Amino acid sequence: MNVQPDNKSMKRDFDIVGKRTARPDGIDKVTGRARFGADMSMPGMLWGLVLRSPHAHAKIRRIDTSAAEKLNGVHAIVTSKDFGPCDDSLLDIRENVMAREKALYDGHAVAAVAAVSKSVARQALKLIKVDYQVLPHVTDVDEAMKPDAPVINDKLFTKGLDKTPKKPSNIAERFEFGHGDVEKGFKEADLVIERTFRTAATHQGYIEPHACVASMGADGRGEMWVCTQGHFMVRNTCAGLLGIDVSNLRVTASEIGGGFGGKTTVFIEPVALALSLKANRPVKMVMSREEVLRASGPTSSSSIDVKIGMKKDGTITAGDATLRYQGGAFPGSAVPYGAMACFAPYDLKNVRAIGWDVITNRPKQAAYRAPGAPMGAYAIESVIDELCRELKLDPLDVRLKNASTDGSKASYGPNFGVIGLKATLEAARNHPHWKAKLGKNQGRGVACGFWFNFGGETSVSLNVNVDGTVGLSVGTPDIGGSRASIGNMAAEELGIPYDKVRCIIADTASLGYNDVTDGSRVTFASGMAAIQAARDAIGKLCERAAKIWGIPADAVVWEKGHARPASPNAGKHEPLSLADIAAQAGATGGPIAGHCEINAEGAGVSFATHMVDTEVDPETGHVKILRYTVFQDAGKAVHPSYVEGQFQGGAVQGIGWALNEEYIYGKDGRLQNPGFLDYRIPVCSDLPMIDTVIIEVPNPGHPYGVRGVGETSIVPPLAAISNSVSDAAGVRMTRLPMSPPNVLKALGRI
Amino acid sequence: MVRVQVWGSLKPAIGGEDSVEVEGETINDLLKALAAAYPGMDEAVRRGVSVTVNGEMYANAVMVPVKPDDEVFILPKLVGG
Amino acid sequence: MFQVHVRTRINGDDTEFSCEADETLLDVLRDRVGLTGAKEGCGTGDCGACSVLVDGRLVCACLMLGAEAEGCDIETVEGMATGAKLHPLQQKFLDHAALQCGVCTPGFLVAAKSLLERNDNPTEEEVRYWLAGNLCRCTGYDKIVRAVLDTAADMRKASKPKPAKAKAKKASAKRRVSA
Repeated sequence: MNVQPDNKSMKRDFDIVGKRTARPDGIDKVTGRARFGADMSMPGMLWGLVLRSPHAHAKIRRIDTSAAEKLNGVHAIVTSKDFGPCDDSLLDIRENVMAREKALYDGHAVAAVAAVSKSVARQALKLIKVDYQVLPHVTDVDEAMKPDAPVINDKLFTKGLDKTPKKPSNIAERFEFGHGDVEKGFKEADLVIERTFRTAATHQGYIEPHACVASMGADGRGEMWVCTQGHFMVRNTCAGLLGIDVSNLRVTASEIGGGFGGKTTVFIEPVALALSLKANRPVKMVMSREEVLRASGPTSSSSIDVKIGMKKDGTITAGDATLRYQGGAFPGSAVPYGAMACFAPYDLKNVRAIGWDVITNRPKQAAYRAPGAPMGAYAIESVIDELCRELKLDPLDVRLKNASTDGSKASYGPNFGVIGLKATLEAARNHPHWKAKLGKNQGRGVACGFWFNFGGETSVSLNVNVDGTVGLSVGTPDIGGSRASIGNMAAEELGIPYDKVRCIIADTASLGYNDVTDGSRVTFASGMAAIQAARDAIGKLCERAAKIWGIPADAVVWEKGHARPASPNAGKHEPLSLADIAAQAGATGGPIAGHCEINAEGAGVSFATHMVDTEVDPETGHVKILRYTVFQDAGKAVHPSYVEGQFQGGAVQGIGWALNEEYIYGKDGRLQNPGFLDYRIPVCSDLPMIDTVIIEVPNPGHPYGVRGVGETSIVPPLAAISNSVSDAAGVRMTRLPMSPPNVLKALGRI
Repeated sequence: MVRVQVWGSLKPAIGGEDSVEVEGETINDLLKALAAAYPGMDEAVRRGVSVTVNGEMYANAVMVPVKPDDEVFILPKLVGG
Repeated sequence: MFQVHVRTRINGDDTEFSCEADETLLDVLRDRVGLTGAKEGCGTGDCGACSVLVDGRLVCACLMLGAEAEGCDIETVEGMATGAKLHPLQQKFLDHAALQCGVCTPGFLVAAKSLLERNDNPTEEEVRYWLAGNLCRCTGYDKIVRAVLDTAADMRKASKPKPAKAKAKKASAKRRVSA
């Protein structure tokens, strides 16, 4: 038996990994047959709707549901009373999912009904009487930090300070990272630039709203169909909130119409279960787009101060940043990750990043693709760009000069392993885009970006079928085409054709625990687990071949999809294919399967450089993207089409964030633009083709060298576009989005 | 004894230094030792931390072995999107 | 609530349904007729995920009442393939990896089909503007546009059995992407 015990990366030629294979869900998705969250129905199903607060901040004095209960067709109404005690770690989620004493933001869920039809449910909502006492609110991050700001949670005392304050405030926590002596570093600089930047809150913008069908029985057992990035997370969280055993809830992940981090938590799912429990019937809930924008989990708005010092020769001598993020009405914004990631592309002796986590009367934030990093990168990369211009230095050369490299100390502490940042910068410098001519009112910008990527708990089950095909069950919902990549890896390892492997997402009852699909971890972690499960199966297949041949198990090797004797000493035996052995599985000992349950570690970080040309119309302030190129390190591109897709998708979300998307709150604290017309994400006609260059610096921590790619691609665009627009407009842009009115303001035209 | 480094705002929790030596053979041991010795660390560990050992990131408290000359960093628990 | 009885033809099948007066065509397709291909992304006609053809015209099904479908010919994504044979657009979307999560794909396919029925040789700009009513958050549109242009090129080739004489193409200011 010859199975590679060493999990570490080996350089090798691949037969299937790297090929653009057909995805298993493809036909279903182009024919409309694929079932997403809202495409499921169950017999006896009711429709659930949520009543939401129209106030940004209000005490809920009384909720009167009596009239609604009497309406014909209404079967259940729930409020916070229906959510009993739970673990401390779930308290914030419990309150976000259903308001308790206070409504904390415009759109906060206050009650929910289940009725025989959507129209009866809508009527029932109108009959629920809520007695609010409106309170002063605050929605801006800097306003919320002022000493006289309305205090949203009088039990919140700032953590992370030398002394815990005596008075509550809206400042949840202070973070600090860095090393060296920034003041000393600034003294060594020839030029120091200090700037303040502001970004608006944005939403992940997935086209599919949150949707689920929940079915709880009177015996406390239930099942749920839900679009989510983590059905195991949904199971555990909902079980915790409803006070039932985890094993009593079986959750199936539907196809998911986009997540980007926004579906790594729960919003309507516990409510649907509570309604179903009360009504003793299945309940379907689908958020409207307005609800998604008002009451799911957008990312933070931010206010960031940056100070960087540079020598005439381009050496960065010190970098100091203070990031203030508001994460909605609960602590836990992504400011620590922003503070950790913002200086990561640079090898600095003196660096400090301070992050302030602030609460406001806004929806509870959720992760959005490299959470916290895009805003930090925007601020730091803008100042570096300005320093380069002032000192008349080439922006790519300066970045190369200061670039983090293998073994250098990251700004957030640990030393880097093998990384590909310089490779992306060099690819950028050598690309024709860098030398293309620019016209009037046109400018070019570059920026670097970084994301950690990680692994996490992963369980995979690989079953060999009697006809030699293989069923691969994974537990990480497929949000980007990962089933194809994982299938590639399993087929590669087994040495069988790709189309003999069928990869599915199994439900929570059928596999060990899986962390959510996030952190760009699926191709890495589920892939690694699939490879290990394949190796496990290969071991068993070799044992069966040995039995069939009557030789010792360690005299059998696996090569190109066949078991063969390890050497002539083992005897003359024709190789047995996987199909041959599978056909005899029953006779040789029973079903053949491979498993892997791991906490996948060793994820490799991913760096990128983006280059963009824009044209600014000085009359209207409109910014047009002329040309965009992404250079990103993928370690090993298992399925190049989907790696390119991640590069392009992240870049375009960044374009939207940079140019147009923003949450607009009125003086009354209500969201003014909860729809796709006025919360305007990029449309087809806004954009050119997005060119991609895949760099491959293998990650030593993965058998095939894979690095996660899904998140890094959203980190550089805000800065790259801002640098480009600043170049085109001749003025430094310090506010996002760079929508036409904001550009005209920056140009001094309005 | 393994030297464990913490992020800047946790320094007050361990007496103002940016690192401290603790006994332990796994990451789990180190976190337990820190939590027992410093109340501020106890809270951080309970809320969840990520730990790097020689640059490799571990998002869950794990039985990963550590040696006296390993570089160990405690970081806020990483979340992706 | 008072229900309206409606007679239509959907993907070639004569279909009757009853619906409430204020139900949209999208609600009817998804909840009453069992065609969940069209998706609700916004309910306000801004995202195009519910795109269908009504009497040959590209329409957001969420902006039309079910009752208004009386006597109409409706085409949805489910009617694009002929049995097991995919429509060329469907195949090209797969070949070009023009979908990631796939939720916007039915809307794009119907909209692109509508474009190619009117214009078998669109420029990249024409494709982009025609599809500007369909939102995609995953792909950045690049591979979608390539798939549509490639389909158009194939369909032109297929409809010209004799090799066409080489014609001097007018120099066009619009950028073209080679198929």
